[in-house]
Amino acid sequence: MSSSFLEIKDVSKKFGSTIALDQVNLNISKSELFSLLGSSGCGKSTLLRIIAGFEKPDSGKIHLDGEDITLLPPHLRPLNMMFQNYALFPHLNVKKNIEFGLKEEKFSSSEIDSRTSEIISLLELNGLEKRKIFEISGGQQQRVALARCLVKKPKLLLLDEPLAALDKKLRVQTQFELVDLQYKLGITFIIVTHDQEEAMSLSDRMAIMKTGKVLQIGNPVEVYEKPLNEYVANFIGTANIFNITKLDNKYIIDELNMEVDPTNINKKFKKCLIRPEKISIKKFISKNTPNQCKGIVKEVAYLGSYTKYLIESNGFKFYSYMQNSEISEELKIKWDDLVECSWKSESVYFFNE
Amino acid sequence: MNRYLLKVVSLVIGFAFLYFPILTLIAYSFNDNKRVMVWKGFSFRWYGKLFQNEQIIEAFVISIKIASLSATFATILGVMIGYSLTRISKIPARPFFIFLSSSPLVMPEIILGLSLLLFFISSNHLIGFPSSKGQLTVLISHITFSVAFVAVIIQSRLSSYDKNIEEAAQDLGTIPNKIFWKITAPVILPSIISGWLLAFTLSLDDLVVASFTTGPGANTLPIVVFSKVRLGLSPEVNALSAIIMLFVIMAAIAYYFVNRSNIQK
Amino acid sequence: MTLLSAHGKVSPSIFLMNNFLRKQNFWFVFTPYFWLVLFFFIPLALIFKISISVSEWGMPPYRDLLDFSDGNIKINSTLSNYAFIFSDPFYLRSYLNSLSLAFTSTLICLLIGYPIAFYVAKSKESTRNLLLILLIIPFWTSFLLRVYAWKVILQGSGIINAILMKFGIISEPLSMLYNHYTVVLGVVYTYLPFMILPLYGYLVKFDLNLIDASNDLGARPLRTFIRVILPLSLPGIIAGSMLVFIPVVGEFVIPELLGGSDKLYFGKIIWQEFFVNRDWPIASALAMSGIIILVLPIIVFQLMFAKYNFKNE
Repeated sequence: MSSSFLEIKDVSKKFGSTIALDQVNLNISKSELFSLLGSSGCGKSTLLRIIAGFEKPDSGKIHLDGEDITLLPPHLRPLNMMFQNYALFPHLNVKKNIEFGLKEEKFSSSEIDSRTSEIISLLELNGLEKRKIFEISGGQQQRVALARCLVKKPKLLLLDEPLAALDKKLRVQTQFELVDLQYKLGITFIIVTHDQEEAMSLSDRMAIMKTGKVLQIGNPVEVYEKPLNEYVANFIGTANIFNITKLDNKYIIDELNMEVDPTNINKKFKKCLIRPEKISIKKFISKNTPNQCKGIVKEVAYLGSYTKYLIESNGFKFYSYMQNSEISEELKIKWDDLVECSWKSESVYFFNE
Repeated sequence: MNRYLLKVVSLVIGFAFLYFPILTLIAYSFNDNKRVMVWKGFSFRWYGKLFQNEQIIEAFVISIKIASLSATFATILGVMIGYSLTRISKIPARPFFIFLSSSPLVMPEIILGLSLLLFFISSNHLIGFPSSKGQLTVLISHITFSVAFVAVIIQSRLSSYDKNIEEAAQDLGTIPNKIFWKITAPVILPSIISGWLLAFTLSLDDLVVASFTTGPGANTLPIVVFSKVRLGLSPEVNALSAIIMLFVIMAAIAYYFVNRSNIQK
Repeated sequence: MTLLSAHGKVSPSIFLMNNFLRKQNFWFVFTPYFWLVLFFFIPLALIFKISISVSEWGMPPYRDLLDFSDGNIKINSTLSNYAFIFSDPFYLRSYLNSLSLAFTSTLICLLIGYPIAFYVAKSKESTRNLLLILLIIPFWTSFLLRVYAWKVILQGSGIINAILMKFGIISEPLSMLYNHYTVVLGVVYTYLPFMILPLYGYLVKFDLNLIDASNDLGARPLRTFIRVILPLSLPGIIAGSMLVFIPVVGEFVIPELLGGSDKLYFGKIIWQEFFVNRDWPIASALAMSGIIILVLPIIVFQLMFAKYNFKNE
């Protein structure tokens, strides 16, 4: 248990009567890229601010690298935080912003110079040293904010919505750069984000939070394929969720009035999940076999690499995503077509919340 | 086209109204005639007279002295108020503090002047301080009404900028006690300067409060000018006006160009 | 890095942002607080005290509120000063004169100032900066000298009379000075920048697309102005109006320089009671009732307005 690099134990925090964090436990390993994911108000930013030291937990402990930092003031913590809107100092230029933290630690000027110029070339900020903060682009500001933290060689870097202020195209590109940088430097990253796609593509592991509680911790595949409950399933990607009823040795999908067979019949399941890309549809109706149903296409959205279909079956609507692997205009399924939907039995995931 | 005409006409009339009196005054300051409004010829005569007028020169020196001291103290106190109200949550009787720091803004100066005068007289009776009315009492009064104006400027600046930068400094290792000097003060410096300038002009411009609280040896420039023009016209005051306006216009032009080059950078 | 934690306990509160600068906190709050209580609040309380004191000859010219002379405490307070000023139409009329002066000139300032602020705010950025400087110059020029300028212009031998006579419109110089119209003119002229600048501040932030949107939805320019622009610039109108109205109510200098004997104003009456009649209790009662009648509603209004603003954020 003490093997984890950052250990958050039973941390709770209230603001007045609202519970921001409720008995949060997290163990993060060294050099891990960990995301805290959740919609606004879930407590992810509060947790980040508690780790940084700007808020004090009502109860619980935080250990970093074997040291109890729960009561350590922010300026003495061996970690740094990249703020959401970067919080760059407007009265200082790029170089002075980057040097700031090193000067506070009273390093020799030669040390400061060499570390600063090293990080400036690492983050490709050469030539911008003398610019004021408002004279550089958003993407450059983001890199300055990153450089300002990384130059201090922190044990842990906290990033509060690091990509939220960038436009979509830059965001995707920066995502890869960030992962690359983290891999190169081996610094532990904790990223707060509300964007599930971002969390999926960045993280080694992630924690999904809701109203102050951690619902699930896992790597992106686990969280997507095996969500612990309906909230997580809906939060990550698109989910078709059905209620199921146990009948003798079988389960029946209530909405479609059809059979499914879980691998573990002994457990008490209440719901099942079938991801849209696991449901395939075709126009030709064959015999009625297990794991398939008939439906009518209600909406079609062509999205280039794949097509989204909204299917209505037995009065219930669900999604199916089909890859557009070949140009097949004449086979294209249209509105109001009658289709057959089918899935493999191992594509159905069962849970009880 | 019609709307464009409307715009030009309103602007021309508006600015003409604002500048007509000022420009007339400047023009007539060069009139070589004792009767102010009858044009006799161009001359610098009244400027010469002005610089020989010891009463005006002395009042000018006193006014500048009081204005710069008042602006400095008012700025210090105003920054403290702005900082307290935006950054410190636990202030005893906070609403009362807010009331105190904003009501000088809406208090008619005649009431302010009267209350301060009565206060100085009573305090002199009770504890012998201030020993007499003079430059000190005017200075105290000017600080008191300027503070509120500076506080408003500082407060709006402090509440508009990203508070995260103070946290960022602490995160990067700045000890809490130094954050104000290292981050907050430099960032709000432009507001501090404009607060000082506003307090300086408020003091330099004040007639009513100064008239109440002044004493021997503390006749400020507005008091002297007022006594000269109360019952009639004074060509020397014309010359003084022209100098002051020229100075203001030059400062404004300098400000304009400095600002413009800043924006282009 | 481990300095504090290595030695064990650290007071949990030392790192809370709210509590940082603990020692400085005290001075940051206390110094201005003390100053304002001493030189703003106590003087006001003193005015109140004197306003309910009994007037008498001597120095100071009023009787102490508490009298210890017979060994027991006697309170010498009275409301007669207030009764006196409210029973004498002379004082009431001066209040009303000041209020109507403030109201009229605020309205005129708004009517003149709005189009100027509007068009300056809507100009191209380069022109706008120049026009803004031109607006600020009179604002920074001495108030007293700007009032004096009108005295020079409106003289019997002044420039306006000279022009009118030259063109034969009049044969005798008009006497334009020393009446309440010139007071209004002087007030409007000196306080116009106080109206324009806050209006400009709100109008310049105004999204021009809203005008297009309104036109697009079928409103004609006048309707657009009434239904979109005016309501959105209301905070600026209120701010500017307060900046003009409040000081004008207590205005003393402009009526003194440009006004005649046809109307007496509130500021002048206080001045006279204090300096000429040396009746401190009456002057204080006038000031107090001035505060109550004029300033108190404004403060309440401002507090409400501040709350409204806060909610909007």
